[in-house]
Amino acid sequence: MSTEAQTFKGVGTPATRMYGLMAIVALGWVLLGGLIFTPEDAVQGDAVRIMYVHVPTAWIAYLAFIVTGVASACWMIGRKHSLGFDRVAGASAEVGVVFMAMTLLSGSLWGRITWGTFWVWDPRLTTTAFMFVTYIGYLAVRGLGGTAQQRARRSSVIALLAVLEIPLVHFSVVMWRSLHQRATVLSPDGDIKMDGLMLFTLLFGVFGFSVLFAWLVSHRQRIMAMQDARQTSALDVAVAERLKEAQA
Amino acid sequence: MSMSVSRIARAVAAKDLRIELRSRVVSNQVLPFSGLVMIMFAFALDNDDVLQRVAGGLVWLATLFSLFILVQRTFAVETYDGALDSLRVAGVNPQGIFIGKSVALFVQLLVLESVLFVAAVVLYRVNVNGSGVVLLVTCVLCATAGLAFVGTLYGGLTAGARGRETLLPLLLLPVVAPVLICATRATESAFRSGGVTVGEGWPWVGVLAVFAAVFGLGGLLSFGSLIEE
Amino acid sequence: MNHAGFIIAVYGITFGVIVGLAIYTIRQGRNLSRTVADKDKPWT
Repeated sequence: MSTEAQTFKGVGTPATRMYGLMAIVALGWVLLGGLIFTPEDAVQGDAVRIMYVHVPTAWIAYLAFIVTGVASACWMIGRKHSLGFDRVAGASAEVGVVFMAMTLLSGSLWGRITWGTFWVWDPRLTTTAFMFVTYIGYLAVRGLGGTAQQRARRSSVIALLAVLEIPLVHFSVVMWRSLHQRATVLSPDGDIKMDGLMLFTLLFGVFGFSVLFAWLVSHRQRIMAMQDARQTSALDVAVAERLKEAQA
Repeated sequence: MSMSVSRIARAVAAKDLRIELRSRVVSNQVLPFSGLVMIMFAFALDNDDVLQRVAGGLVWLATLFSLFILVQRTFAVETYDGALDSLRVAGVNPQGIFIGKSVALFVQLLVLESVLFVAAVVLYRVNVNGSGVVLLVTCVLCATAGLAFVGTLYGGLTAGARGRETLLPLLLLPVVAPVLICATRATESAFRSGGVTVGEGWPWVGVLAVFAAVFGLGGLLSFGSLIEE
Repeated sequence: MNHAGFIIAVYGITFGVIVGLAIYTIRQGRNLSRTVADKDKPWT
């Protein structure tokens, strides 16, 4: 174990501190604006307040999925198979699964207010639920153990297969639900005529959550780097001890 | 001199099917299990009209439940004696292994589904005739191909090491959801349940064919990485 | 505010989870950082 003076306290750098701060400001605004300053919607009433939180978390959840896919592809294509890409993929999935859970929760409560039910078999909702379960499967595969490169190989294949599979699921569900034509008056996002302050709060929220996502993934990715480094050095230490035993 | 992919595939498929013929695990365990599942559905749903209406879905659900067992079985025969590792170490082309195991799984699934459809006719009183049969056969072939590819692919990943087998249903079910949706709709068309015409079933079979193609190709490309340790 | 319960629940859970996750991440980062040499931290 290292005995060098630890000058660095954590995983923050000036860059991450900057966007951490931006996230706090933006999210603070969403909290105050969403709950207090913005007016209620003409059609939805106060239920629109959930949208300021639901839309950004949904956006982040989908973004995280794309980032995981792209990072997995980068790991696979690069000749060095740089583990940094694998860690970003994993960190993004971890953050994504949390945000997806929050999206499903907020959307469900929104639905309870506007449609009267917690769930409808709407294609977007159903596909989101599938993405959530797929994420969980991906994280389970990451937890299977072995060396970091083994983990990277397995997870990148699973991630890329998921990228193939989710559009197929979505398409099948769209075809399926089009059999049961329902007039949906309101959908979970868009379709709302928003006045200036409401629109600003929504967009600022998307910005704030995006920056939050970047902050979380950076930190998570650095933590994983340290965990991988510890595993390697633990291995080195064990090998050195065995060598000493053999020579003694 | 390395063998060609098709020779490897044929050898692997023949081996798997021969093992099954000798051990009779599918015929003596999986088929009775799936028949039981069909009966259990009747207990749970307890309504002849409902059963007839949803028969298509029940057949494919029973197929999926049995799929997990079949997939785990097809890889258990490999990992039991480290056979898969030996094949890998010997430098056998993994694409050949993938195709071979998919073919064997395809055959076993077809046998299973035939029995299930007979059970549906008998237990749930569905009728199929004329153009419905053509639709049904095409649907079954496309759906089964997709299931075989996906099962082999994810089975390869979850085979072997402790704690991995339980991962298979979690990984597999979301992936086969499109097959369940499309195969059920096509089967309902073939059965003409609830007034659906046979013609309406064909688009669903189209999606099944796409699914099989996507995962057949995906499997060829990635199976090697998945079974590597 | 109508449906105040639901709305506050959504905000409470969302922001609660975010704050909790942030605190957990920072803490984990600091704890791990003590045990790993600086050379293994490419961001320093």
